[in-house]
Amino acid sequence: MANVLQTSFLPSTSSLRRRSISGSKGKSQSLQVKAKIREIFMPALSSTMTEGKIVSWMKSEGDKLSKGESVVVVESDKADMDVESFHEGFLAAIMVEEGGVAPVGSAIALLAETEDEIAEAKAKSQSSSNSTPQVVEEKPKQIEEAAPDVPAAAAAPSVPVAKAVTLGSAVHPASEGGKRIVASPYAKKLAKELKVDLGTVVGSGPLGRIVAKDVEAAAVAVPVAASPAKPDPVAPGIELGTVVPFTTMQGAVSRNMVESLSVPTFRVGYTITTNALDALYKKIKSKGVTMTALLAKATALALVQHPVVNSCCRDGNSFTYNSSINIAVAVAIDGGLITPVLQDADKVDIYTLSRKWKELVDKARAKQLQPHEYNTGTFTLSNLGMFGVDRFDAILPPGTGAIMAVGASQPSVVASMDGRIGMKNQMQVNVTADHRVIYGADLAAFLQTLAKIVEDPKDLTF
Amino acid sequence: MHSTLSFSRATTVPTTNYAFHSQSPINLRFCGLRREAFGISILTRSSSGRVRLSTRGRSKRISASTGNNGTPPKSFDYDLIIIGAGVGGHGAALHAVEKGLKTAIIEGDVVGGTCVNRGCVPSKALLAVSGRMRELQSEHHMKALGLQVSAAGYDRQGVAGHANNLASKIRSNLTNSMKALGVDILTGFGTIVGPQKVKYGKVGFTDNVVTAKDIIIATGSVPFVPKGIEVDGKTVITSDHALKLEFVPDWIAIVGSGYIGLEFSDVYTALGSEVTFIEALDQLMPGFDPEISKLAQRVLINPRKIDYHTGVFATKITPARDGKPVIIELTDAKTKEHKDTLEVDAALIATGRAPFTNGLGLENINVVTQRGFVPVDERMRVIDANGNLVPHLYCIGDANGKMMLAHAASAQGISVVEQVTGRDHVLNHLSVPAACFTHPEISMVGLTEPQAREKAVKEGFEISVAKTSFKANTKALAENEGEGLAKLIYRPDNGEILGVHIFGLHAADLIHEASNAIALGTRIQDIKFAVHAHPTLSEVLDELFKSAKVKAPASTSSPISEPVAA
Repeated sequence: MANVLQTSFLPSTSSLRRRSISGSKGKSQSLQVKAKIREIFMPALSSTMTEGKIVSWMKSEGDKLSKGESVVVVESDKADMDVESFHEGFLAAIMVEEGGVAPVGSAIALLAETEDEIAEAKAKSQSSSNSTPQVVEEKPKQIEEAAPDVPAAAAAPSVPVAKAVTLGSAVHPASEGGKRIVASPYAKKLAKELKVDLGTVVGSGPLGRIVAKDVEAAAVAVPVAASPAKPDPVAPGIELGTVVPFTTMQGAVSRNMVESLSVPTFRVGYTITTNALDALYKKIKSKGVTMTALLAKATALALVQHPVVNSCCRDGNSFTYNSSINIAVAVAIDGGLITPVLQDADKVDIYTLSRKWKELVDKARAKQLQPHEYNTGTFTLSNLGMFGVDRFDAILPPGTGAIMAVGASQPSVVASMDGRIGMKNQMQVNVTADHRVIYGADLAAFLQTLAKIVEDPKDLTF
Repeated sequence: MHSTLSFSRATTVPTTNYAFHSQSPINLRFCGLRREAFGISILTRSSSGRVRLSTRGRSKRISASTGNNGTPPKSFDYDLIIIGAGVGGHGAALHAVEKGLKTAIIEGDVVGGTCVNRGCVPSKALLAVSGRMRELQSEHHMKALGLQVSAAGYDRQGVAGHANNLASKIRSNLTNSMKALGVDILTGFGTIVGPQKVKYGKVGFTDNVVTAKDIIIATGSVPFVPKGIEVDGKTVITSDHALKLEFVPDWIAIVGSGYIGLEFSDVYTALGSEVTFIEALDQLMPGFDPEISKLAQRVLINPRKIDYHTGVFATKITPARDGKPVIIELTDAKTKEHKDTLEVDAALIATGRAPFTNGLGLENINVVTQRGFVPVDERMRVIDANGNLVPHLYCIGDANGKMMLAHAASAQGISVVEQVTGRDHVLNHLSVPAACFTHPEISMVGLTEPQAREKAVKEGFEISVAKTSFKANTKALAENEGEGLAKLIYRPDNGEILGVHIFGLHAADLIHEASNAIALGTRIQDIKFAVHAHPTLSEVLDELFKSAKVKAPASTSSPISEPVAA
């Protein structure tokens, strides 16, 4: 029977939020067959009452009850009332905690006839409610399985995954190596409500304290776990007709995108011939050099000559000229995107840069990027060329001055200056920039420099 | 002429009352005071069935006029000098002028005292903001009313400015009201140099000495900071600092869950902070009626971003420095063992208030303070080290510790003025209401249920409890604020109101019907005929009185049943 009960409640375990007790009606009927364990129902205290709130339990689990004794105080739409037990026995299991709300007629507790049956009743209540120890036990496992699926937070500096503890990046200094959990009051409350074990959450608050958003992220991570755990994974897990809340990363992206609306941006496009670059790429590909690294390098070298394009506007009143040229490159990952950063791309040689890039991508996929590896970019590259996209424009990430959208390099018929027609590989780039600091002429000059570098790429390899 | 009259009456006081007071000068519980407070009731209607302590034990005579500390002057500069221009001193001064006394008030700091400058007044400004923020942030609440509000935000500086402006406005109101009435405001710290003689002056200036027939000490209190706690005014603060709202921490620990702590938790959580309460007693809100505090916890604590540690002392609090957060050591209140360490962004010390009586020169007249409080009898007359009354010297408000509330101080001051102008008067502290301005508010007057039960057993009478819910009140439901409870503790035999406790919308304004009834000795069987406008929140109390089951019939000469006009 327990099995039957469990299966009927499986759907609700996917959501860790406490579901209302409405679903427990089915169970109540099946339980009534066993007369030894009775249920205490949410009574109808007035004709208009549809649900009641448990004000307080006057008895605790294991207490003996005599017939007519008050067990619980229920708050209805009219008043608080004591609810008496109709039978004698032991209060075996409380199914709705103090402060919880239950519809009229649903079970709020189980009453066992003898002390021996308390355990049995408890097991029943657990298998039917979400607050089961079994679920809690399963959870760490689920989280581990889930880890690859959990998106690494783009803006939140830490990754709320069980594994992340080993990163050691955000362990609270006062937590005495994880023995003590430092969590804010609301984080603790949320953890209780969402049934998240704080021991598995890494804090992103001050000094590594666990704050509410860490718990929320961890809670979101768990249901994600449920789908790959299924034997036959359904497509990429999108259920049509549903509303799926953002993950932490998607939330961060959303915030950043909205924030970007406060920046006055404009766009300048340029068509660059890539035959020379393609030839160079072919030549050094075997040495592990990637196109992304080449583009980043070319961009960085162009930025050296146009520091204003590498600047940003922090306060609306000044230019912030960045001391290093850090090229962030947007990478799509499951459920979002992240921008690993190639630091000092102008100074690092192309081979090292390529190795670094590979390393960053691997880390991004494993959700192990450290904050400085994804949020220190001064100029962003976004490349959709591999999908055959020939042109697009990008939204400027807040805190930077410019982003360049790179389209596919395609063979085109080109009329050249000397009056001849020929085939050339060309790609279109389109830069979005913050007009408070970067003006049209700046971008134009920068693009001209970039085009020169790409069209004569000998400097890229030193 | 007046003086002779009041003097002879004032010098006879039952010894038993002394003993009682010296035992527990800071006892803020109302029950202890009740006996004497009612004892010398001036209300003839309420005298039946009450213990009249005053009528017995008039044993001890105090020869006060032969004081040892110098000779009192023959003629006086003033009839009354009040040391301290807080709400207590202000109330006393206004009443003294009304009674025709030549009055001066000495203030060493700013007019208005704690309440106006660092207490009730600026905190109400912050709470007005928090109440609105809370409402605007409650999507559920807004939706239920059919309102749509986009994200509510606040400007910290603006909020702090509102609190500051309010304080200065009320301060100038107080100053002007005293000046207009002809009260002399003497600037400087007042010190008693001998009987009926006070010197005052600013540091570095020559002192002035003034004489007065009667002197009232109304120097108030300062935040009490237990030892081991280092207040830096930035991350470890008292209410004095918190009211300036210099920053809103992400996580603030509040030490003490009384009125001050609760009100600040309301402010901070509405402004986005998370709060951890540290309470030495086993339950939160220890001063309140248990049923009210339980309900209040369900509404004010549990659903908010607040957690708590009870039964622990914060034995050591170190302010944030060198990149470290505020560190709080918690020690078990019973076992005295280290229990936990908290690391938070800020800590607010709300562990009560300590009397501000240093430098008052009490040694010049042989008065020894008890933990800083000036010992007084039930008429606020100061008691010296030998247990004798000090003639012409009174102490009101926080400095005597009887009931540390601004309006109690004022009431005590008025009572003293009544006495020195020839009418014996004893303030019934059980009729003094108290309120906590959380959202919703909490208010009370008289005894809590456990206190009433204890008294009932001791004195052999029965008590009953009546309750009404705000959920049944039309106005509360219209406001969509049905959460709340009013509770009446009374004697079913004679209809006497022992205590009323309210938790709900505008509870602080609703309590006065009950406190006035207690002050005037109105019984339930009479007050239940009073009419309340419909629909108003006051009907919560109307219903409360009507639901009480009193055996005694309504008085035949009830003032309410006799129309004055028409």
